[in-house]
Amino acid sequence: MIRGTIDKIAGPLVVADGMKDARMYDLVYVSDYKLIGEIIELKGSKASIQVYEETGGLKPGDPVIATGEPLSVELGPGLVTAIYDGIQRPLDEIRKEAGDWITRGISIRGLDHKKEWDFKPAAAVGLEVSGGEVLGEVPETKLITHKIMVPPEVSGEITWMIEAGKYNIDTVIAKLKTPDGLTVELPMYHNWPVRKPRPIAEKMAPVEPLITGQRVIDAFFPLGKGGTACVPGPFGSGKTVIQHQLAKWADAEMVVYVGCGERGNEMTDVLQEFPELEDPKSGEPLIFRTVLVANTSNMPVAAREASVYTGITIGEYFRDMGYSVALMADSTSRWAEAMREMSGRLEEMPGEEGYPAYLGTRIAEFYERAGNVKCIGGDRNGALTVVGAVSPAGGDLSDPVVQATLRVVKVFWSLQAKLAYARHFPAIGWLDSYSLYTDNLKDYYNEVLGGDWVPMIKEAISLLQQEANLLEIARLVGAESLSPEDQLILFTARSLREDFLHQNAFHEVDTYTSIVKQKLMMEVIMHTNAEMKKAIRNGVSPGDLFDLPLKEEIARMSYIPEKDLDAIEEINKHVNSQINDLIEKEQTA
Amino acid sequence: MIREYTTTVEISGPLMLVDRVEGVAYEELVEIELPSGEIRHGKVLEIDSRMALVQLFEGSSGTGITESRVRFLGKQVELGVSEEMLGRVFDGQGRPRAPFDTAPPIVPEKMKNINGAPINPYARDYPAEFIQTGFSSIDGINTLVRGQKLPVFSGSGLPHSAVAAQIARQARVVGEGESFAVVFAAMGITFEEADYFIRDFRKTGAMDRAVVFMNLASDPAIERISTPRMALTAAEYLAYEKDMHILVILTDMTNYCDALREISAARKEVPGRRGYPGYLYTDLSSIYERAGRIKGRKGSITQIPILTMPEDDKTHPIPDLTGYITEGQLILNRELHKKGIYPPMDVMESLSRLKDKGIGKGKTRDDHADLFNQLMAAYSAGKDARELAVILGAAALSPLDQKYLKFAEEYEKRYISQGEHENRNIEETLDLGWELLKLLPRNEMKRIDPGRLDRYWPVSEEESD
Ligand SMILES: Nc1ncnc2c1ncn2[C@@H]1O[C@H](COP(=O)(O)OP(=O)(O)O)[C@@H](O)[C@H]1O
Ligand SMILES: [Mg+2]
Repeated sequence: MIRGTIDKIAGPLVVADGMKDARMYDLVYVSDYKLIGEIIELKGSKASIQVYEETGGLKPGDPVIATGEPLSVELGPGLVTAIYDGIQRPLDEIRKEAGDWITRGISIRGLDHKKEWDFKPAAAVGLEVSGGEVLGEVPETKLITHKIMVPPEVSGEITWMIEAGKYNIDTVIAKLKTPDGLTVELPMYHNWPVRKPRPIAEKMAPVEPLITGQRVIDAFFPLGKGGTACVPGPFGSGKTVIQHQLAKWADAEMVVYVGCGERGNEMTDVLQEFPELEDPKSGEPLIFRTVLVANTSNMPVAAREASVYTGITIGEYFRDMGYSVALMADSTSRWAEAMREMSGRLEEMPGEEGYPAYLGTRIAEFYERAGNVKCIGGDRNGALTVVGAVSPAGGDLSDPVVQATLRVVKVFWSLQAKLAYARHFPAIGWLDSYSLYTDNLKDYYNEVLGGDWVPMIKEAISLLQQEANLLEIARLVGAESLSPEDQLILFTARSLREDFLHQNAFHEVDTYTSIVKQKLMMEVIMHTNAEMKKAIRNGVSPGDLFDLPLKEEIARMSYIPEKDLDAIEEINKHVNSQINDLIEKEQTA
Repeated sequence: MIREYTTTVEISGPLMLVDRVEGVAYEELVEIELPSGEIRHGKVLEIDSRMALVQLFEGSSGTGITESRVRFLGKQVELGVSEEMLGRVFDGQGRPRAPFDTAPPIVPEKMKNINGAPINPYARDYPAEFIQTGFSSIDGINTLVRGQKLPVFSGSGLPHSAVAAQIARQARVVGEGESFAVVFAAMGITFEEADYFIRDFRKTGAMDRAVVFMNLASDPAIERISTPRMALTAAEYLAYEKDMHILVILTDMTNYCDALREISAARKEVPGRRGYPGYLYTDLSSIYERAGRIKGRKGSITQIPILTMPEDDKTHPIPDLTGYITEGQLILNRELHKKGIYPPMDVMESLSRLKDKGIGKGKTRDDHADLFNQLMAAYSAGKDARELAVILGAAALSPLDQKYLKFAEEYEKRYISQGEHENRNIEETLDLGWELLKLLPRNEMKRIDPGRLDRYWPVSEEESD
């Protein structure tokens, strides 16, 4: 252990002297309060430390102790349903200890070391095992079976294995003899440094969509399991609601939600809602597959920087068990700003907008930790999907964080203030957004939704693009001067926007749409379009068509519960009869 | 332990550098005695093993290098609190403020650090109680709930003070006795503006349940940095220790941010957008996030910060970063103001993020959410029609668009607009919404649940056209 003393204090940055032998990113305890910090710069005998807690009241001369260990998280049973601050301190335990306000110098471990879990061994004495191999299982929640794995970078022959039973996580469950002849005792958990990606065997391209139940996403701009996406947009455009919707409804097996420098009440919202909401697949409470990391905007800024790493390390750990994990980070801009603040205090040479020159590298490294992977230690595939919200200054997409993010992520959901003002939610712009996974996912969609889905979506997108051009013209000459065919394009595009893309997150039914229902809805709209086209060719006036009562029925499709999907197919019949009536009338006239 | 130094080596802007100090803590409170006997205050902004950088609350004018006696007080900036604060007017540092208040200082029940501490997110209770402000544009559309932080984005010359005063006057939770108190913090506003509020509070009797902290335009700018923190410390005491529901009005946050910029410039920090420091977001959140509700505690803090947007620009860093932290925003619009509409509320760009859990059956009325969605969709369509009419002439609009145009006009005139002393209850606001929707064809009501539509607008009622 290295002992130094405080030399200087400026906000969250503390410089300590006498730290010659310390290492970069070592964890340190600062002053007698034992505030937790991390070394971010070494110069001669001086170490610059970012301190994860308020520094008011610290004095030059106060002691600083370097632990010699990097900032790490505890990984083992007890993670699921937890809510942590940026450095994995459980907020519920902090409240028990310190009350309703977070005070300083609280030291609580990430996992409960007393609680006992049902452990069932899955490996036998004599087996040669290496990092990632499963030693046993703990049913952690109704949704998550926690696989106890050999920590990465450890291997050897199992010389002893505990029998099935109830143990706390400190209990040694297996002993290995390493190739060097040493004996390693393995408890039910291990530590992992948050800034170091956990190893994988192999990375593969995403081939399955992460179904989110959000129509504009699943149909138009899908995200692959193990892929990356970003949601940039000005305040109030719907970033957080989208992230919450994904955390609720995405068909991931495990969700890590990182509230990074955002509102306290948004975390409370998740905490109060998730135990009540049911996973659409299993019917179990969503909280049973969720870990929360909450470092809100008023909590210390340095811990905000750490929070995304804490989150993604937990995400990787569940991926290693073979789960499909989705990580939401709201907002990565706050993480970048925390980097900027520390960089400014270190008086580093600023890059764009004062962000450090390494901003792009850090962002790329973060998203690189996502992936659809073959796990180490056995025949398991896992996926870690990462979705980051970005909050550009003034909503301007030339913002350095947005630009650096767009260089690495494969899906761009572009939130538009104009749509949000008109309360068209999700305010994902259909002209600017993109998904680079569409091609990879084609086979999946062909198999699950049939070969007509992909072309139908292409046609719908094309209609929306034509609409944009036609609206320009209509603005100059008036909509009636457009040809009946063009008027139909405007009619159908409007229907696509209002009846399909628009989705109310706060409506009991509308909040989630299965892809089967999505296809039925899309079919009704496109079928109506085709029938109307036919009618127009037969001389029916667009005005009469657009006044048909079917319009109202289509507008209400999204509110039809998943169990009554026949009712949507039924609409097609009404469409046929109403339009045929008009055609007949036209022909008899 | 008080330590006194006469080793000041540099004074620049609001900052003072004191050499050869010992045992001084970061953020420690400092007292500076001038030769005249005048006492100034400050706090330690940065400290190393030799020097302390001190931020002077009252500014540096009149301080000298050789003659200032600098004392470090061994504690951080604190406010003495007690229930006696109600009805009193303080300056930006918590002392009685003449000429508004000439009574002797209060006898504090306890001292509290004005920086507060972050509320544990796990301890928060989600705000969900509807506050009726009496404004249709707020209650019906951008509903305020208890524990919310909802700023007013205004521009110079717009009636934000009148709106804020009216909210303070009318705000109440339906079906509950009065337990509201107002904490009002003025930062760098003019005497007239401050006087407007105080007179309004006195006239309506609200003053007895108000605590005022006042830093006027003529007062030291740097003091503005502690003023909102003083106010919130008082609010927290009253809310969480005395079970009161507190409405905090902070005006004008733009002046607060400018003071912060001044310090940052004096420290020669790398400036962010428009010269504001890179940590402005973090700093503002340490103020705004002090609003809320806490599980198991009766009181609450609802915040209405007011800011003027330079050049009416919402993307200016102050409104921008505020909007990223607060739970929505009420935006006042110059066009509506010119049209004579009061409050000139831009309902489209305004937002209450917490409304969804504060409205509906048992809170306001079952039809509220649908009605809100339909009114927004209709007003948006009406505004589009209005734009088209400007280019093509109203006659070129389709009959449906003409109806939407008419709707938008009436909506602004009758729904958004109301008197400065008109206090509409939520039923009146909701009923007015239905009345206006009936200017449109019934089959346009796509956002309203069919059953509900039948109840509030029976088919038989539709006017035939
Ligand atoms: N899908 C949606 N359905 C209904 N309302 C939405 C939806 N998305 C956003 N909103 C509305 O917009 C508001 C702002 O959304 P939010 O996600 O908090 O924005 P941001 O995080 O971009 O600032 C929400 O409080 C809600 O009222
Ligand atoms: Mg958000």
